[in-house]
Amino acid sequence: MGADLQPAATAETNAAACAGMRTEGLIVRLAGEDILKGITLDAPRGEILAIIGPAGAGKTTFLRTLNRMLELDPDFKISGKVLLNGRSVYDPAVQVAALRRQVGMVFSIPITLPMTIRQNLSFGLDLDREERRQREERIEAALRSAYLWDEVKDRLNEPARNLSGGQQQRLCLARALTLRPAVLSLDEPCSGLDPISTRRIEEALQELKAELTIILVTNNVKQASRASDRTAFFLFGELIEVAPTEQLFTTPREQKTADYISGRFG
Amino acid sequence: MERTKLVGGIFQALTALACLIIIAMVVIVIGNIVIHGSGRFSWEFLSQAPREGMKEGGIFPAIFGTAALVILMTIAVIPLGVATAIYLHEYAPKRSRMVHLVRLAIQNLAGVPAIVFGLFGVGFFIEFVGRGVDRVLYGGRPLWGQPAILWAALTMALLTLPTVVVATEEALRAIPQSYREVAYALGATRWQMIRRVVLPQAVGGILTGGILAVSRGSGEVAPVMFTGAAYFLPELPTRLHHQFMEMGYHVYVMTTQSPDIEATKPVLYTTVMVLLMLTFALNFTAIMIRAQIRKRLRYGR
Repeated sequence: MGADLQPAATAETNAAACAGMRTEGLIVRLAGEDILKGITLDAPRGEILAIIGPAGAGKTTFLRTLNRMLELDPDFKISGKVLLNGRSVYDPAVQVAALRRQVGMVFSIPITLPMTIRQNLSFGLDLDREERRQREERIEAALRSAYLWDEVKDRLNEPARNLSGGQQQRLCLARALTLRPAVLSLDEPCSGLDPISTRRIEEALQELKAELTIILVTNNVKQASRASDRTAFFLFGELIEVAPTEQLFTTPREQKTADYISGRFG
Repeated sequence: MERTKLVGGIFQALTALACLIIIAMVVIVIGNIVIHGSGRFSWEFLSQAPREGMKEGGIFPAIFGTAALVILMTIAVIPLGVATAIYLHEYAPKRSRMVHLVRLAIQNLAGVPAIVFGLFGVGFFIEFVGRGVDRVLYGGRPLWGQPAILWAALTMALLTLPTVVVATEEALRAIPQSYREVAYALGATRWQMIRRVVLPQAVGGILTGGILAVSRGSGEVAPVMFTGAAYFLPELPTRLHHQFMEMGYHVYVMTTQSPDIEATKPVLYTTVMVLLMLTFALNFTAIMIRAQIRKRLRYGR
């Protein structure tokens, strides 16, 4: 699984800039209307890229092009490039299922499957014969990374819905991590969570970022300033500005960015 | 003010009356059958074949035949119906003309009178398929090209197909789309997603469809009267091409065709009582199976 995505990963020594996710001129069209109007954006490994912007900016659509989830709806037309470690994810040789294991996703509301905690975590691993063998270690490592191990280690056989909302979202994070993805995309993962759960997730992401590319879509401007290394501002399907987070929040280049982060619209 | 109150009161009384009428009908029907039928009811009645022009003996071959018919029908209708529903809901492109046509066909199938299914069974299964098999495999010797329990079960399966398809689709529709997305996001192929997320969630609904099909199938007469049910058979069917006795058809025969209708009346009542009991028993079994599977599948294994 994922073998066809490997060659690019070995190239990371001579082309470190390639490691991670990159889009070039990405356009997404729905019913003649452009949802994304040519996005060129880099999300290298080892940092957290936050994407902010008002509703309808195309943030979620952007994330869904990265692991080709957008294809589930045939009405969307996608053009431009999406590169994972320098290799196009829309290459006909790429297996979609393998790609999705490399580009993990956490949704905006915690979606646990109606199974036990353990079954939720082993769901992805069980799909692959090789990874199935490492099930126990992988589950424990993922739970530890999501700061959930201590809370659930004695209740793995309980139904996942017995957990609190914050715990469920960390379970979803752990579930994505069991597959050891190269990229982790999170779509407003803390939108329904209390401040403590939010902080736990942000802490987990800080610990994780050394090994992967993290793309964090958030509605919460404060979260972006707190938790990310670089921030991209989307507006009506366009990338207005991308800069190191501190710079974007203190001295934005564009007036629109300044207006948005100071809460003047959106 | 007084008038609205009065109108409201009358309306309430009418709705209550409607409920009462239904209860009264059920009590009268079942009471009548039990009062007239329990006299002959005995172990012998359940375990013996009819004797003396159906005036004596029991109805065991008919019980056996009905149970065999319903089981064969279930084996045929569940896979076909579930597969159809899964294709329509999980594979076929949404809003496609084909899906629309198939749905329309299923709705029409549900509206076709049972006797038409019976005639279709004769025309298609016996005359076309059965005779064809005889011609190709048995040199024209009639073996499959005549009424048989297999053809009756398949005809009944067609009759109950819409029930199973609609119930399964209903169950599939109830599964949140987000569960499917989670499975895909974890690298599941479509089949893995269906196998591991959709089917376990839909089992309850599928079995409900099965239960409704069983209820319907164990009571219908018209689809089997030309396709396999026999007037009287001293022996039980042991092969798929054998004819069989069926409870509903047996009731029909005793009320209209027996040599001495008056004399068979007590037996008739008891037969009807047993038919009701059998239907309830088959229903109950199916409901128990569903409860068991639901319990087992609640959180997986």
